[in-house]
Amino acid sequence: MADAHAKQHDYHLVDPSPWPLVGSISAFVLAIGLISWMHNIFSAAPLVFAAGAIGVLYTMVGWWRDVIIEAEYRHFHTRVVQISHRYGMILFIASEVMFFVAWFWAYFNTALFPSEAIEVVRSEFIGGVWPPKGIQTFDPWHLPLFNTLILLTSGTTVTWAHHALLENDREGLKWGLICTILLGLSFTCVQAFEYHHAAFSYGGNIYGATFFMATGFHGAHVIIGSIFLIVCLGRALAGQFNPKQHLGLEFAAWYWHFVDVVWLFLFACIYVWGQGPRIPGMHE
Amino acid sequence: MTDTTLEFAPAAEPLEKNYLNEETTLWSWLTTTDHKRIGILYTLSITFFFFIGGLAIGVVRLELMTPHADIVSAEAYNRLFSLHGIIMVWFFLVPSIPTTLGNFLVPMMIGAHDVAFPRLNLLSWYLFMLGALFTLYVLIAGGVDTGWTFYTPLSTSYATGHVAAAAAGVFVAGFSTIATGVNFVATIHMLRAPGMTWFRLPLFVWSMYAVSLVMLLATPVLAMTLLLIFAERVFGMPVFDPAQGGDPLLFQHLFWFYSHPAVYIMILPAMGVVSEIFTCFARRRIFGYTFMVYALLAIAVVGFMVWGHHMFVAGQSALADLVFSFLSFIVAVPSAIKVFNWTATLYRGQISFEAPMLYAMGFLALFTLGGLTGLHLASVPLDIHLHDTYFVIAHFHFIMVGGTVSAFLGGIHYWWPKFTGRMYPESWARFAAITMSIGFITTFLPQYVMGYAGMPRRYQIYLPQFQIYHVISSVGAMILAVAYIMPLLYLGWSLLYGRRAGSNPWGATGLEWQTSSPPPKENFHGTPRVVEGPYVYHDAETASGSEQAAPRPQGAHR
Repeated sequence: MADAHAKQHDYHLVDPSPWPLVGSISAFVLAIGLISWMHNIFSAAPLVFAAGAIGVLYTMVGWWRDVIIEAEYRHFHTRVVQISHRYGMILFIASEVMFFVAWFWAYFNTALFPSEAIEVVRSEFIGGVWPPKGIQTFDPWHLPLFNTLILLTSGTTVTWAHHALLENDREGLKWGLICTILLGLSFTCVQAFEYHHAAFSYGGNIYGATFFMATGFHGAHVIIGSIFLIVCLGRALAGQFNPKQHLGLEFAAWYWHFVDVVWLFLFACIYVWGQGPRIPGMHE
Repeated sequence: MTDTTLEFAPAAEPLEKNYLNEETTLWSWLTTTDHKRIGILYTLSITFFFFIGGLAIGVVRLELMTPHADIVSAEAYNRLFSLHGIIMVWFFLVPSIPTTLGNFLVPMMIGAHDVAFPRLNLLSWYLFMLGALFTLYVLIAGGVDTGWTFYTPLSTSYATGHVAAAAAGVFVAGFSTIATGVNFVATIHMLRAPGMTWFRLPLFVWSMYAVSLVMLLATPVLAMTLLLIFAERVFGMPVFDPAQGGDPLLFQHLFWFYSHPAVYIMILPAMGVVSEIFTCFARRRIFGYTFMVYALLAIAVVGFMVWGHHMFVAGQSALADLVFSFLSFIVAVPSAIKVFNWTATLYRGQISFEAPMLYAMGFLALFTLGGLTGLHLASVPLDIHLHDTYFVIAHFHFIMVGGTVSAFLGGIHYWWPKFTGRMYPESWARFAAITMSIGFITTFLPQYVMGYAGMPRRYQIYLPQFQIYHVISSVGAMILAVAYIMPLLYLGWSLLYGRRAGSNPWGATGLEWQTSSPPPKENFHGTPRVVEGPYVYHDAETASGSEQAAPRPQGAHR
C-alpha cells in the first residue's frame, strides 16, 4: 500500500503530541510545590510551584497554538471535524453545568430547609431562618444588580462581535470583542470590591461558605471566559477567523453566555431570594 | 469520503506494519494519539492498580482469619481497606472497561480511524496517572482511614489521615473520566462509517455511549463534593459541619448522586462486553436488540434517580425513602430485560465454551445473583437490617467483581488476538475462568450469610461465631488471587509464544474483526461501509439454508 498514508477521509488524525506529557508533569511539579509551600517543607517550594505553573501555562499556549495552526493554516478542520468540536464544547459546557448543580444543591440544602427537624445543631446555629441569624447580606439592587447589567450587556456585545464577523465586518468584530472584554473585566473588579466589603467570611458560617463557593467559582469562570475572549481578540487582530470558520470565537461566545446564565441564577437565588438584613453603608 | 471498500489483510503476515511496530520508541508511546495505544497504556496502568488494591485486601482477609487483631494494628486495618476501596473504585473499576476495551474498540467498531479528540484522549490517560499515582503515594505514605466513601463528619472533622490530599488525587482523576466521556459521545455521534446507523451499532458501542453520558454528567458533582471536603479541611469552609450551620448529610447526597451512577459506569460497559461475547459464541443474533439498547439507556437515566437508597438509615424523610426505594426497584426492570435477552440469545444457540464465553457465563450468573440481592437492599425495611453489613459488601462485589471484572477479563481474552495478534493458551484460560468463578463464590457467598446474621462491615475484631464464614471467605480470596495472577502470566507468555491469530479467529461479526490483527495504525485501509446490522450470525445460518451455524473460523463476515 504505497498510498497508505494518503488521506482518504474527512477526519483529522492528530499527530503525536508532547503536550499531555509536558502538561501533566508540570501539573505534578506545581502540586508538589504548592503542598510543600503550604506545609513549609523546604524553602525553595514557591520556586517549584512557579516552575510547575509556568510549565502548565506553556502547555496551554503550546497546545492551543497547535490547534490554531491546524485550523487556520493547515486546514485540518473540515466540516465534520468542526461539528465534532461543537459536540465537544457542548458536552464540556454540560459537564460545567453539573459543577454548578452541585453548588446550588449545597446552597439550597440549607437555604430551603433552615429549620429541618433532624438538623438540631444546625438549626440552632442558624436560628432556623435563611439567611442565618446574624448574617448581613448584600443589597441585591445595588452592586449585584449593576453587575447583572454589566454581564447582560457583555452578552449582547459578544453577539455583536459574532454577527459582525458573519458579515465580515472586521471593525465590528474588534470593537465588539473589546467592549465585551472591558465589561468582563469590570464585572471582576466590581465583584472584588464587593467581596472586600462583605460582612461575612468564608469560614465560620454556612452562609459565607456557600456564598463564596458558588459566586467565587462563577467568578473564576468569568476570568477564564475573559482570557478566552482576549485570546480571540488577539487572533482577530492577527487577521484570523473568517465568516465561515471561527470555532474559537464561537466557543468563547458560548462559554460567555453560559457564564452569563449561571450568573442570572446566582443573582436570583442567592442575592434576591436569599437576601436578609443589609450591610449598613453598602446602600443609600 | 472515498469509496474504497475494505481490503482484507492476509491472515498471518508477521512483518506487516501495525500500530505496535510502526514506531517502537518510548517517546512514540508517551506522545501517541492513537486510541489503540492509549487503550494499551490504560490496560497496563489499571492492571497495576488492580493488583495493588488486591494486595491490600489480601492482608485484610488474612487478618480476618481470626476474630482478634493479629497481623496489623486497628489503624493500619482501616487504612488497608480504605486503600483497597479507593484504588479499586477510582483507579480500577471506573476506568476499567471504558478506557481499555472502550478506547481500543469504539473507533474500530464504528469504522473510524480514531476518536474525535485524540490529544484529549492522551491527556485523559496522563490525568489518570497523575491522580492515581499521587493518591497511591498519599495512601501508602500517610494513609486515609475513612473508607472509599469519605463520609463526613469523619473525613472533615475527625480523620487524622491525609484526606485532603487523597481527595485532590481523586479529583484530578475525575477529569480524565470526563474527558473520556466527552470523547466517546462526540466520536459515536460524528465518526460512524457510512451505513453505520444508530441501530446498527454493536451493543458494546451503545453501552459506551450510555456510560459516557453518565460519566459526563455525574463526575462533575463528585469533583465539587471532593473540592468541598478539601475546602473544609484546608480552608475551614464549614459546608459539612453542623456546629457552623453545615450539614454532614449533604455530603452523602452529593456523594451518592455521583457514586450511584458510578456503579452504572462500572456495570454498563460489562453488559456491553458480554453482549458481544454471547452472540459470538452462541452463533446467534442478540435477542431483542432494540430492547437491549433502550434498557442500557434506561439504566443510565434511572441510575441518576436512585442515590437515596444509600441513605435509608441516614435520617432522610420517609417519603424520600419510599420514592428512592420504588425507583431502585424500577432499575431492576431494564436489568432483568437484559438478563432475559442474554438467556434468550443462548437458547438454541450453537454454544461453544471458549474462555471468553466462560467468563461471560460467570458474569451472567454472578450479576443475576448480585442484582437480585440488590432488591433486598432496595427494600427499606430489609435495608435497615442489612445496612453496613457484609451483605452489602457481598452484593456490590457480586456486581463489581463478579460482574465487571468477569466481563473485563472475558473482553480481554475475546479481543486479545485483536490487541496483540496472538492467541492466548486456551486451556489455561478456561482453567483460570473456572477457578475465578469458584474462588469468587467461595469468597463472597459466605459474606451474604454472615452479613444477614449481623456481621458489620469494616470491623477488624468480630464475634467468634462469624469466624467460620471469614475463614471460608479468606480461602476463597486465595483461590481468587491465583485466578487473577494466572492470566497475567499466560497472557504475558502469549505475547511472545502465542499462536498467531488471523484477522478473525472467532469468526465474529463486527468491523473490528475485518481488519488485520493487530490492526494497522489507521485501523482500516480505506473507509469501511456497513450494509447491515450487527450480529448477523443468524442470517448466515438461514442463508446457507441449513440448521448449521456459520462456519467458525473466518466465517460469517459480511
